[in-house]
Amino acid sequence: MTAPLLANDPTATPPAPVDRITVVVRRSFGDRVFHLSARAAGTLTLALMVLVFYFLLNASKTFFKVESFSKFMTDQAWVPDEANAGVGSLLFNTILVSFLGVIMAFPFALAAALYVSEYAPRRLRRSLTLLLDLLAAVPSIVFGIWGFFFLMPRQRHLSIWLSHELSFVPIFKVTDGQYADSPFIVGTVLALMIIPIAASVMREVFSQAPPVEREGALALGGTRWGMIRSVVLPFGRGGIIGGMMLALGRALGETIAVTMLVSVVFTRSTHILHQGSNTISALIALDWGEASPIARSALMAAGLVLFVITLLVNVVASMITSRTRSGSLTEI
Amino acid sequence: MTAIDTTRPGSDAANKDGPSRLTAHGVHAWFGNHHVLADVNLDMTPLEVTALIGPSGCGKSTFLRLLNRMHELVPSATLAGHIELDEVDIYRGDLSATEVRRRIGMVFQKPNPFPAMSIAQNVLAGAKLGGIKLADRDATVERALTRAGLWNEVKNRLSMNGGALSGGQQQRLCIARALAIQPEVLLMDEPCSALDPTSTRRVEETIGEICSEVTVVIVTHNMQQAFRVSQQCAFFLATEGEPGHIVESGPTEKMFSEPDDQRTLDYVNGRFG
Repeated sequence: MTAPLLANDPTATPPAPVDRITVVVRRSFGDRVFHLSARAAGTLTLALMVLVFYFLLNASKTFFKVESFSKFMTDQAWVPDEANAGVGSLLFNTILVSFLGVIMAFPFALAAALYVSEYAPRRLRRSLTLLLDLLAAVPSIVFGIWGFFFLMPRQRHLSIWLSHELSFVPIFKVTDGQYADSPFIVGTVLALMIIPIAASVMREVFSQAPPVEREGALALGGTRWGMIRSVVLPFGRGGIIGGMMLALGRALGETIAVTMLVSVVFTRSTHILHQGSNTISALIALDWGEASPIARSALMAAGLVLFVITLLVNVVASMITSRTRSGSLTEI
Repeated sequence: MTAIDTTRPGSDAANKDGPSRLTAHGVHAWFGNHHVLADVNLDMTPLEVTALIGPSGCGKSTFLRLLNRMHELVPSATLAGHIELDEVDIYRGDLSATEVRRRIGMVFQKPNPFPAMSIAQNVLAGAKLGGIKLADRDATVERALTRAGLWNEVKNRLSMNGGALSGGQQQRLCIARALAIQPEVLLMDEPCSALDPTSTRRVEETIGEICSEVTVVIVTHNMQQAFRVSQQCAFFLATEGEPGHIVESGPTEKMFSEPDDQRTLDYVNGRFG
């Protein structure tokens, strides 16, 4: 009898059993040590984050016993000792100054990144990259001091001019002549602090735009700007968005520089040139010293809200940055 | 800005008299202090395909990149000699690098369509980059894709992403993209080295069809391909420590049957390289 030609022939005799083995990869001692220590370090990082979350949750429990979570999220006042406190205005002002900072930083960060990666002379490129990264490491207290003593008195003139000339724009309206400590000033200092971070992320992504595509655009008779628009910017879109989100994360959590510049208010106002601003982190820094146990618990609750928002922003940012090729909707 | 009427073939302002003649006189090239190409003289004639052959590292790709000023994009790259497009020096004349590259198109070794653009946008990218006003965009797309032999395969999905095509189709899309701005010369740097035999045949057919309207210069490692597609041929060689140079050039028939130089005969018969 001949061997069956088709495997699925029902009349065929079953094939002889084959020896199946499972290949076990044995790690060397060095591999095992490295594997374990890498896993331990990774787990520790995650564990720390969970611990911080747990700590904040635990510390804010006391306050949530006297005020409900939903009231805390909407209440604009901050009188925790009378069980009347919430992040209603705090969160609004935190987001307002952070977005102001991000909006002002965006054009400068993009231009800086494009200059360093595309236009700067090759021999300057390395030192400019280093400088950009160094700028990101300037302590925030320095920005705070500089913002308070140098920027604020000078930027006041710009605020006055804007409010006079563009008073028909609702956000520029100032009626009582109070221009110091405005969200505009705080946002400007934040913008200066986050430009290097955003520019650094963007530059990194721009420099990875494929050389074959760059040459393709130039070989079609494109100018350098044409090449940037058709190749570098579409390729770097993820980096642009991700870099700005990372910068937003930093702006939301920035404490020292903001603490030096705010004059605390608990109202929701979009008049960005008018005195008075606030952020969650600045309030914690300012109030912590004299706070009663219940007020401390309220500050912890505010910290918890900030922690969750910053975490979300950073997760979204890293997701966008790590996604290599983005979308097909880009136009040149 | 040049307005191109795409309804009549070969009717743009810069291309009135058909394909152009590209000539190289005493061309040298350096990367830093490294002399890679010495005293190259070559006449690339209209209506014919010129193949540049030779072993790796002999400077033929460098020579090709000199022809449309892509060489200067490499830092530290320098050159000497004259390259003339219809008797106008492309380095010393009034022509800008972007104008030279618009009139002398290029297809690369690795297909490089713009991945974020659709097929139609890819074809129109050159016009957009060069600020050229097109009389009829749809007609330009159809004509360029037809000449590149890709129209029938993609006509129903022009809005699809260019990066989603197969390798061979991507390369023909790149040819269509280069042809859409109606260059006078088309340079091809080993256009089939990343392609399968069927795609290679399609690209070779395309070369045969377009050479009536555009002067084609092709670098290839494939002797059979050089023999099939070209009418003129130049053999480049670089000996150890010496810059590359042309050993011999002339009609392809002669180069492959009875060349003047023994080294040419050895190379085209696969005895080295």
